[in-house]
Amino acid sequence: MVIYKKPLQFIIAALFSVMPIIANANPTVDSVATTTEQTAKENVSEEQKKVEERAEFIQHHLLDSHGFTLFSYGEKENEHHVGFPLPVILWDEGLHIFSSSEFKHDTAIVESKGKYFKIEHGIVYSCDKNGVVDHQAHTNPLKRPLDFSITKNVFMILVVGLLMFLLFGGLAKSYKKNNGIAKGVGRFFEPIVIFVRDEIAIPNIGEKHYKKYMSHLLSVFFFIWFLNMFGLTPLGVNVTGNIAITAALAIITYLITNISANKNYWGHIFWMPGVPPIMRIVLAPIELLGTIIKPFSLTIRLYANMVAGHIVLMSIIAMMYTFNNVAGSGFSFVLAFVLSILEILVAGLQAYIFTMLTALYFGSACEEHHHEEAHH
Amino acid sequence: MEQLLGTFSLGLFILQIVIFVGLIFLLKKFAWKPILDAVNTREEGIKNALLSAENAKKEMQNLKADNEKLLAEARAERDALMKEAREIKEKMINDAKVEAQAQGEKLIAQAKATIEGEKNAALADLKNQVSTLSIEIAEKVLKEELSNKEAQTKLVDKLLGEAKLN
Repeated sequence: MVIYKKPLQFIIAALFSVMPIIANANPTVDSVATTTEQTAKENVSEEQKKVEERAEFIQHHLLDSHGFTLFSYGEKENEHHVGFPLPVILWDEGLHIFSSSEFKHDTAIVESKGKYFKIEHGIVYSCDKNGVVDHQAHTNPLKRPLDFSITKNVFMILVVGLLMFLLFGGLAKSYKKNNGIAKGVGRFFEPIVIFVRDEIAIPNIGEKHYKKYMSHLLSVFFFIWFLNMFGLTPLGVNVTGNIAITAALAIITYLITNISANKNYWGHIFWMPGVPPIMRIVLAPIELLGTIIKPFSLTIRLYANMVAGHIVLMSIIAMMYTFNNVAGSGFSFVLAFVLSILEILVAGLQAYIFTMLTALYFGSACEEHHHEEAHH
Repeated sequence: MEQLLGTFSLGLFILQIVIFVGLIFLLKKFAWKPILDAVNTREEGIKNALLSAENAKKEMQNLKADNEKLLAEARAERDALMKEAREIKEKMINDAKVEAQAQGEKLIAQAKATIEGEKNAALADLKNQVSTLSIEIAEKVLKEELSNKEAQTKLVDKLLGEAKLN
């Protein structure tokens, strides 16, 4: 039997075929149950509200937050949040330090040393006593107080940093203890370290120069990978889907590339060998722009991939509640499950791509001019 | 772009750079360097071990080849020696034969010469004796004959008669 051999496909196909019948059946029952038009309208608006609330929830999840909320329960005024507050550290003509609990889950205006602050969509704005924010601050980060708070993202960065330190520090120590052979959890990570060296660093940078970039490449790879994986946990962290984080990582890549670049690299940017002089003048600004586009593409690629993954996954999870029936919700659940597995792959893949491209840029920065003969 | 800038947190950006650079340096000192060094040393060790094993194998093969070569050489030498011995033996036999022959021939020639000499001497002696005897006999005969005058005269006559006929 063909069906028997492929149970998963069968289940999905069955769900697909049954879903429209049941999904259509529900509103019909509803309309029968509602006696007046008004109540029907209320129902629709109620449903609409819930959908909006879910969209809001997904939006909120993607943003950074100043407290660590593990989960919430209850509705409206009775809503309770379970989690812990984190310190808020602001620089706005002076240092302001207070607990994030004072914001009362982003609803209250906090007064500190004569300044007033409020949170809108996870970002701290300075405001007046009544909570009015300068509208320019919404689009210009420089108009906002400098926010050095230990936010959820910073907290997770520190957790991952500590995790990496313990994990790889332990691995390094196990070599000494165990006569040059990794022990424990290091056995799992050692091949990945070697993978980064043999498959990412050496082919892209070259046998001669790769050693000085290894620390950065390994740190970037595991940092992104671990944070991507944390993003898939129910803790609801989305660090690598934050543009400030990916931009910081890309800027570091950009700085290391340009600082370690040799004469040959700059020669190719400002005075391209092997083309007529007029073309060289035309090419110089294009090449220079190219160096800036490279880290920009790194920033956007990682950010967009992680945000897209989170939005899709959370939307499918939200679909379970929107369908509100066995077949539709079941189908959403299966879809969410499959997508989660895909996201685990994407988590590793994006870390790989980021590290790979970083290595590629490093490689171009320290390339020797052996391919001069190719320009004829 | 506005949306991106709207959600961009400069503080988080700066914190991330500071924390990450710090993390790189910390990990470099306490993790990456020792790990990579240990891995390198191990790989180097494995490479060396493999290389030395390969070398040992090659050496063994060389030794074996050498042994075989030596054996072959010894065998060839033995064969050559035996051949030489055989040749020497044959040559010696031949030489001895030739020498013996020569010696024999020489001896024979010598004997022949001696025999010839002896023969000649004997002949000479015989001749002498024969001549002496002949003379003696002739003397005796003559003496005898001459003592008989009649016969002598007869004979002379006869001989003289014969001479006339001539």
